[in-house]
Amino acid sequence: MIKLRRVVITGLGILCPIGNNKKEIKDAFYNKKSGIVFMPEWEKIDGLRSLVAGTVKNIDKKILDRKTRRSMGNVAVFNTISAKIAIDDAGLDNNLLQSGRVGVAASSTIGSPQAYEDFFYEIFRTNSIGQITSMTFLKIMSHTTVANIAVNFGITGRVFSPASACTSSSQAIGMSYEAIKFGIQDVMLAGGAEEIHHTTAATFDILNVASKNYNDNPQLTPAPFDKDRDGLVVGEGGGIVILEEYEHAKKRGAKIYGEIIGFSSLCDGNHMSTPSKEGMVNTMDAALKNANLSTDKIDYINAHATSTDTGDVAEAQATLEVFNTKIPVSATKSFTGHTLGACGVHEIIFSLYMLEDNKIYPTIHHKTIDPRCKGLNVVTDIIDKKLNIIMSNNFAFGGINTSLIVQKI
Amino acid sequence: MDLGEIKDLVNNILIEEFEKEEEELKEDASLFDDLDLDSLDGIDLVVALEKAIKTKIGKEVKIEEEKAKKLQTVGDIYKAIDELVNN
Repeated sequence: MIKLRRVVITGLGILCPIGNNKKEIKDAFYNKKSGIVFMPEWEKIDGLRSLVAGTVKNIDKKILDRKTRRSMGNVAVFNTISAKIAIDDAGLDNNLLQSGRVGVAASSTIGSPQAYEDFFYEIFRTNSIGQITSMTFLKIMSHTTVANIAVNFGITGRVFSPASACTSSSQAIGMSYEAIKFGIQDVMLAGGAEEIHHTTAATFDILNVASKNYNDNPQLTPAPFDKDRDGLVVGEGGGIVILEEYEHAKKRGAKIYGEIIGFSSLCDGNHMSTPSKEGMVNTMDAALKNANLSTDKIDYINAHATSTDTGDVAEAQATLEVFNTKIPVSATKSFTGHTLGACGVHEIIFSLYMLEDNKIYPTIHHKTIDPRCKGLNVVTDIIDKKLNIIMSNNFAFGGINTSLIVQKI
Repeated sequence: MDLGEIKDLVNNILIEEFEKEEEELKEDASLFDDLDLDSLDGIDLVVALEKAIKTKIGKEVKIEEEKAKKLQTVGDIYKAIDELVNN
């Protein structure tokens, strides 16, 4: 019988619309400062109504050398820089990184959309491959983030890329947790990234689920669970958490941010874009079972809460079916927008900051609850609460759902 | 294009797209040893040169692979472009 091992988080690296380090991000949460901006360059796209996005600001790509960056669109740059920050934060040295006992799991929705444009626009426009540079495809491929991270740090262990849009990075974290739990790896870099492009906003605008009434006031959208919410706002960024076997972390004196104690990833098997309450319930129940916890042990839920009409309602009703009405819930996407392939890792990192502070960060722009979400305890101001165990949920196109449970240690 | 324009065009690509410093761009500077370019950079350099020349003179030019492989120094690029556009 395999001895199951404990898995802790020993390093964090994040680039997101509200900051690129703990101080900036906490400042944004405490001051209710949104990371959403107007995207003037998207005005040229006829029919695109959602001209707002959560963007990464103030990064120096040259932290990575030129040859390393040749195979990277912004999506891989964001993820590789966040990996570098996380590796430094955890104090992992090259001997360990290159030992074969360290792996990487990271992904994004589709690789770099700008590289897609560069590649296909030129070929279709000219019927020629003459203007295509050597590395463009390597920026596009669905495992571009994880491949670039592995090559950049010489990682020789298990490397995989669970590309599943909004659950890409939560699946990466959950499956990395399992890889360590079952003794396959000792350390995993886990996370994901997203690079926004007008096609990202268009994807949701075409489905009539993107926020379109705040192009003049981007700081006021999105509004999760609010009765007047008008849709989601796309966002970008990258994030990596270092997952490590507990004894391995203790032995080297690593700082431990928290312990992953439960994970589930299940599918609705039902509809490509309409979320299913039942699938969400099953996923939360399975994570609780995996953690061997009753619902009363969870102190806080970081909701997926994209601010779409049907998604928020299904999630609120699913959460109320699994939990009692008092459990505090917040939607950090109200600050960042929906960072898609990065949202799972972003929201785990935000939740770890909350565990550290014993405070629940609020949902901004939420004024009046949608009657169909009634009963959900949506936190709208920072509140003090002794936090020991949190749940973070994510739900993706294709009905792919994840639920992660993390405890303070 | 006169030689000055060719040098500006080539140097601009090496500075903007390959992040080289202007003072590195001596005519006898080796593309591989001094400027640390490699074969992948070679492919992208040809694409960038063809694109910039087209923008400059409004005409498609093709730097043949065999010719491109022989480029060793910054001066070799100036010479190759000169032959291509002025002959």
